[in-house]
Amino acid sequence: MSDPSVRLAPAFAASSPRRRRLRSPGARALLFCAPALVIYSTFMVWPLLQSLRFALLDDAGDWVGLDNFDKLFGDPLWSERFWRALRQNMQFFLFHCLVQNPVGLTLAALLTVQRLRGANVYRTLIFVPTTLSVVIVGFAWRLILSPLWGIVHTPLLGRTSTALPTLSLISVWQWIGIPMIFFYATLISIPKELIDASRVDGASAWRTFWRVSFPLVLPMFGVITIVTYIANMNAFDLVFTVQGVQAGPAYSTDLLGTLFYRSAYGSVQGGGDRAMGATVASATFAVILVGLLLFFLVWRRRVRTYQL
Amino acid sequence: MQTRKLMAGVLVAGLLAAACGSGDEDAGGGGGGDGDAVTLVVESWRADDKAVWEDTIIPAFEESHEGIELEFQPTAPTEYNAALENRLDGGEAGDIIACRPFDISLELFEAGHLEAVDDLEGMDAFDDVARSGWVTDDGATTYCVPMASVIHGFYYNKDVFDELGLEPPTTTEDLHTVLDAIAADGAATPIAQGTVDQWDIAEVDYTGIGPNYWKGEEGRQALIDGSAQFTDPEYVAPFEELATWGQYMPDGYEALSYDDAKVLFTNGDGAIFPGGSWEITGFERDAGFELGVFAPPLPTDGDPCYISDHVDIGMGMNADTEHADEARTFLEWVASEEFAQLYSNELPGFFSLREGAVEVDNALADDFVSWRDDCESTIRLPAQKLNRGDPAMWDELYAVSSEVVNGTLTPADAAQRLQEGLDSWYTPSE
Repeated sequence: MSDPSVRLAPAFAASSPRRRRLRSPGARALLFCAPALVIYSTFMVWPLLQSLRFALLDDAGDWVGLDNFDKLFGDPLWSERFWRALRQNMQFFLFHCLVQNPVGLTLAALLTVQRLRGANVYRTLIFVPTTLSVVIVGFAWRLILSPLWGIVHTPLLGRTSTALPTLSLISVWQWIGIPMIFFYATLISIPKELIDASRVDGASAWRTFWRVSFPLVLPMFGVITIVTYIANMNAFDLVFTVQGVQAGPAYSTDLLGTLFYRSAYGSVQGGGDRAMGATVASATFAVILVGLLLFFLVWRRRVRTYQL
Repeated sequence: MQTRKLMAGVLVAGLLAAACGSGDEDAGGGGGGDGDAVTLVVESWRADDKAVWEDTIIPAFEESHEGIELEFQPTAPTEYNAALENRLDGGEAGDIIACRPFDISLELFEAGHLEAVDDLEGMDAFDDVARSGWVTDDGATTYCVPMASVIHGFYYNKDVFDELGLEPPTTTEDLHTVLDAIAADGAATPIAQGTVDQWDIAEVDYTGIGPNYWKGEEGRQALIDGSAQFTDPEYVAPFEELATWGQYMPDGYEALSYDDAKVLFTNGDGAIFPGGSWEITGFERDAGFELGVFAPPLPTDGDPCYISDHVDIGMGMNADTEHADEARTFLEWVASEEFAQLYSNELPGFFSLREGAVEVDNALADDFVSWRDDCESTIRLPAQKLNRGDPAMWDELYAVSSEVVNGTLTPADAAQRLQEGLDSWYTPSE
């Protein structure tokens, strides 16, 4: 055999035992993963663990065990803030689910219509807001919704009853491109034969969509919902940009993220407490973790996936 | 989806800030003089004033004080508190420290970073209100020389007033007559203000008109020593007045910000803007009409008047400075009448806290400062002692004041909530 690698192999082995060790797939995998692993651990895992540790210390850095959590859930002042933020955060999430999934799916379904002219243009336009900075989106919508120079004269962002739904819809408007693209990708991956077969059997387009396409898209709902859940539970920037650190009016747009910020860094006139900030952050982390577990236990088991 | 990274981002940012903070470079360090001259480094958050310091204030000082040179080294306002604390802890801070009012500087003094300044020449020209921002709780020690305050008041559009034949109001009743007349005419919005930012409703409106009801310092001290409650009529009455203002604000005022209101007013579409002296420079630049100001209206004609003359900036000395004598010399100059004249005129709207008349060239600033002749000065109600606990009084006041204007909270309930919040952590000091 004149395969050069075979001839070269002994030379490699002789020159460096380390190189030979690297030829094992496990070691090589580790080598290639190392840069990402180091960066991820340094900037994600370690700070996360530190943050959890800070929740067990007081503001001066002395060990207090679970006292901070006792304060967060036991002190009426803090527990009211926390539960209000959590409740409003859940509403924020619910608005997303109720609006972005159906609308995203509808847009995706429309984009797959065969004779739709300019489908690519629509797809791009709908996706564009996703690429914008939240600061720009928040600023633009504040102007659009300004009763003074905007298009509506109702102070949607100024009333406790409408502020949170309005913010949720702004957020949906910004991120709708993501579910749309996910659904679109799933829809176009459905083999034509299935659709054709359904039509040959005499099913209407409507029926074909609900009985053939929809069950195949359903698992995607779960993925999008869970990604949305994580994003929503960590949401902060939009409220901060549009309503400010006090999440007004009357804290009606306060989410876990803004509560965290006020707890850790203080409100407008100062007065932050790093320990309570870390405690709120840890509680938020727990909320997300519980949500994820529920998702995996319930949704994953219930939903059937089909091998195409 | 991007927000998923937020928590990690915030943590990383915090980490980096902590890492960088301790290594923060600073040219201060007590300042080595060149030749025989000693250089004093001045720390401040007023980056906006750098030009005024370098072009006017520093030359004026150096001219009369040979052998001492000054270097003005401002830090951005939002970073000042943390950066200064780091530098003081690390022994790298400048010799002269611009002092924020109340608790922020009090903490620095208690940590031993600031020196007492009571014995400086000229300090007797500052009364208790002027010193209130930089004095220990027992009132015994002052640790910064009071430099300037801002005064709250109402700007008005003289063109609108002249056209309708209106005079600036002196009583609450007059105010309502004026507001109704402007509303009936319909050309301009009576009050250019919105409630979404909250702070302006609390700081400018409530603590602006309030002193006339609670008799300034008397009412503020009564809350601090526990002899009065927020639920007493003199603290509820300003809320009752504010509850009537919503109808005079632009449509959808619940979603308008302070900046929206400024644009509305300077465009000529608003008749009255509740604000403060800090807007003078900006308004004179932007407004295309003649501006006037009037003081917070009196509940009853002939009552003594009170104004919110809020202490805002002082100057203290770094306890670790190597040039203590020179620093004292500079602070005595800051306490002098010469400095008061210079500063008040170079920065119209920021008024010297020194007793005795200061001549201000700017007409609007002069109007503001003239109220001191007839009215008693006080500071913003929650600023001293009442904001230390949780819930912080400012936070509460922001929320309830704007709710009162929005009509979603009654004045009585607002007062009740403030008192309950205060009771939950505050024990009157005397």
